[in-house]
Amino acid sequence: MNPYDASVTNIVLRVIAYVVLAPLAGGILAGLDRKISAWMQGRVGPPVLQPFYDVSKLFRKEKIAVNRFQNFFVFLFFLFMIFTGSLFFAGVNLLLVVFVLMLASLFFVLAGFSVNSPYSHLGAERELIQMMAYDPAIIILAIGFYVVTGSFNVDGIYQSGREGYLIAYLPGIFAAYLYVLTIKFRKSPFDLSMSHHAHQELVRGLTTEFSGPHLGLIETAHWYENILLLALIVLFFSFNPLIGVMVALLAYFAEVFTDNAFARVKWQVMFVSTWVFTIMAGVSNLIIVHYVLRR
Amino acid sequence: MQPFYIIVFLILFPLLLAVASLVLRPLAVRRGVAAPAMWVIAAGSLLLLASTGGDHLFFKVENVILEDFILAAEVGMGLLITYLGLSSKRYFIVLLGAVMTTMTVFFDIIYPPTTHAMHHLFIDRFSVLMALIIGILGTLIINYAIGYMAEYHEHHREVKDRRRFFGFLLYLFISSMFGLVFSNSLKWMLFFWEITTLCSFFLIGYRDDRQSQDSAFRALWMNVLGGIAFSAGVAYLSSRTGIADLDRMILAGSPEVMIPAVLLAFAGLVKSAQMPFSTWLTGAMVAPTPVSALLHSSTMVKAGVYLLLKVSPILNGGPAGICIACIGAVTFLFASFIAVSQSDAKRVLAYSTIATLALIVMCAGVGTYNAAWSALLLIIFHAVAKSLLFLCVGVVDYKLDSRDIEDMDFLIVRMPKVAAMMNIGLAGMFLAPFGMVISKAVTLKALVDVHPLFGVALAFGGGTTMFFYTKWMGKTLMVKATAENREGAISVWEWVTLVVLAVLTIAVCISFPWISSRLIDPYIASVYGHAPTLERSTLILIVVIMASLLVIFPIGVLYNARRRDYRLVGPYLSGGNVNETSFIGAMDRTVYPDTRNYYLSRWFGEPLLLKGGLLCSGFFIIIMFGVVIL
Repeated sequence: MNPYDASVTNIVLRVIAYVVLAPLAGGILAGLDRKISAWMQGRVGPPVLQPFYDVSKLFRKEKIAVNRFQNFFVFLFFLFMIFTGSLFFAGVNLLLVVFVLMLASLFFVLAGFSVNSPYSHLGAERELIQMMAYDPAIIILAIGFYVVTGSFNVDGIYQSGREGYLIAYLPGIFAAYLYVLTIKFRKSPFDLSMSHHAHQELVRGLTTEFSGPHLGLIETAHWYENILLLALIVLFFSFNPLIGVMVALLAYFAEVFTDNAFARVKWQVMFVSTWVFTIMAGVSNLIIVHYVLRR
Repeated sequence: MQPFYIIVFLILFPLLLAVASLVLRPLAVRRGVAAPAMWVIAAGSLLLLASTGGDHLFFKVENVILEDFILAAEVGMGLLITYLGLSSKRYFIVLLGAVMTTMTVFFDIIYPPTTHAMHHLFIDRFSVLMALIIGILGTLIINYAIGYMAEYHEHHREVKDRRRFFGFLLYLFISSMFGLVFSNSLKWMLFFWEITTLCSFFLIGYRDDRQSQDSAFRALWMNVLGGIAFSAGVAYLSSRTGIADLDRMILAGSPEVMIPAVLLAFAGLVKSAQMPFSTWLTGAMVAPTPVSALLHSSTMVKAGVYLLLKVSPILNGGPAGICIACIGAVTFLFASFIAVSQSDAKRVLAYSTIATLALIVMCAGVGTYNAAWSALLLIIFHAVAKSLLFLCVGVVDYKLDSRDIEDMDFLIVRMPKVAAMMNIGLAGMFLAPFGMVISKAVTLKALVDVHPLFGVALAFGGGTTMFFYTKWMGKTLMVKATAENREGAISVWEWVTLVVLAVLTIAVCISFPWISSRLIDPYIASVYGHAPTLERSTLILIVVIMASLLVIFPIGVLYNARRRDYRLVGPYLSGGNVNETSFIGAMDRTVYPDTRNYYLSRWFGEPLLLKGGLLCSGFFIIIMFGVVIL
């Protein structure tokens, strides 16, 4: 199978592959994450497949809810997260992918708002601040690809990337993207809206009132999301997808390391530093590349 | 029917209604006349679309008496503004009024222009589009105002009931808006332009207290300043080139039209409330809500961008055009930022209106065909969704006695139908794949093609836009089991308008490929030589996502409302729950936890950012004039 072929069957195959394989890969990554974290902390840690055991157990739990509509938003979050990833792997307009990704994240926030719990609210507000923090960096990433390749289409970007080294043109934007990945992967120091470490209510944030199957859906949606986010890294290295995958894995483990090495910061620090870094690394890169390519 | 007669009807019929609403005394009679009459206007604008399809047509109106009347009315308006300034002891207004009168007398009576307009009226697809917005939204909003104003006077007993004058102004405004978009003679356009300024002034001052007077006069002086620039542009153009028509000005292609184009653009910038003139629009929020919906979001401010888009081919993305785009970028960024720190719903809407207009201004400034295409799309989506939002806020305002977003907790339980419609409006404003986001994606591409920095402005402004709209949305979607329904007292007038507008918001989004191929593409092709094509795959995807959301959402809500396969529990509030909103805390006290949104006023506070925005945009205004004059 030639992955660069844009025929309909190929697109369908890519989408099916994503829908089926992404949760598996995402789950295994989550398992490795816990294993490595444990190793860094001098523990043995759970088996690599533990996330799958956890989620399957969640699906067998009793269904409880605070109100009738909260879980509908979670369902929409799940649905649109899969949809976003499918759009990306179908190779359509990257801006559309980014906007639908925002839509999916927004349903998650609205789920948090809809339950009348202060922790959930605080989590939802923080999630929104996080979104506001990382949104510019992701849009700038799309613009960066466009300026270099002349296309907003994922397929188009991938094709042109095969002939040139996108990463060589966009190192600053790549750095800005890595920075916001810490927020997106919900890793410390930026795991403000909800954390994987369930030791305080505040830290559970958004998900405080979600349990059982719907917490399972949230978890699975995050696996889908993580794979999509890592696939974006591969796009920078499309001259050799194998290197791209290696870099993506490396980035993931760098995030795990960051998670273990840094304490959580205040949201103010997260917000300001993200915007400052996006401007310093991303925007400056964009302007430089604009003038370099015009020469 | 002859398109010419439809145009004349659309201009004159509201004028007739204006006089009627001034003359007819009993309220019931006025309502009896107004309600059906307005639907005639909406039908008229639809008929115009049906009968012409928007072909580019010109009409000559040779009538000396009419010309004299317009001249006399312009002198009259100048004198009226001078008088208003004198009677309120605002001498800057006196000065502007005097300048305006003198200019009219000097350029039209003492040294009358040697050439006259060849065609006074015209239609093209853009003006048909504007006419549809004016006709349909005007109808709906006046219909809403009938119910709203009754309630307004119940709530504000201290305000003198001047509803006849109010009705007069609204109809006069509709008439002059039609006149404005159908005028090919620049002199006529200026005449209608000044009328809208005065209507806006009187409507903002409707409450007649100190604050509304101040706001009204601020709107007046800024827009009269814009009008003077307009008038200077017209005078310069006719004395240098002998051109008095809009279409000939656009096609002239000589460097001499640059100065008038920039003067007209300046008038457009003021009218569309771009920084440094944005403060008149935020001040205008003291006006009754239908006024905010009609004049200050969907129609009058759009006249500003209409003019900008008309002169955009003349500027052709040159230095002056880029300055305009920079003014737009600055305004977009700062207005979106300031909106984050606002909790008054009408102020949030005002700032987001300024921001959207700024996007259109950016498009007009860069002047490429795809930028103009997305500008037109933005005009439509914004007009419908924003007026729906304003009108929803107007209803909530009197039912909850507050229009603060912080008081809209649990709106979906307290006023379910209004909250649902409000969310449709909010979704239309910022949520993918609806309305504004489609055009934002196209706008982004169009702007990045000119310079990526414009795209950066969009990225940062877009992020904050999402933030301030979602936190509002979140507040209204909070759910609790028991709440009193406050929807009972909403009048039929208001319901009709809200429902129709909500349906329209969705319909416009779904039918945008049709609107685009029927009106926008041909217009852009006729002006710029070629029209952009949205990629087929993207287009299909957008429509599919919208349609599927529209199916999934109602089904999902119904399904979840009926489903009972789970146990309902109370939320976790940090202690033993008393009920769903309070718990037993430490020392056996009952605690009522309460959450508030973030407003981040440390970074996005209005006082500082407004100053920054005014300075930056003022800087670009100076450059804009500098590059064409020197």
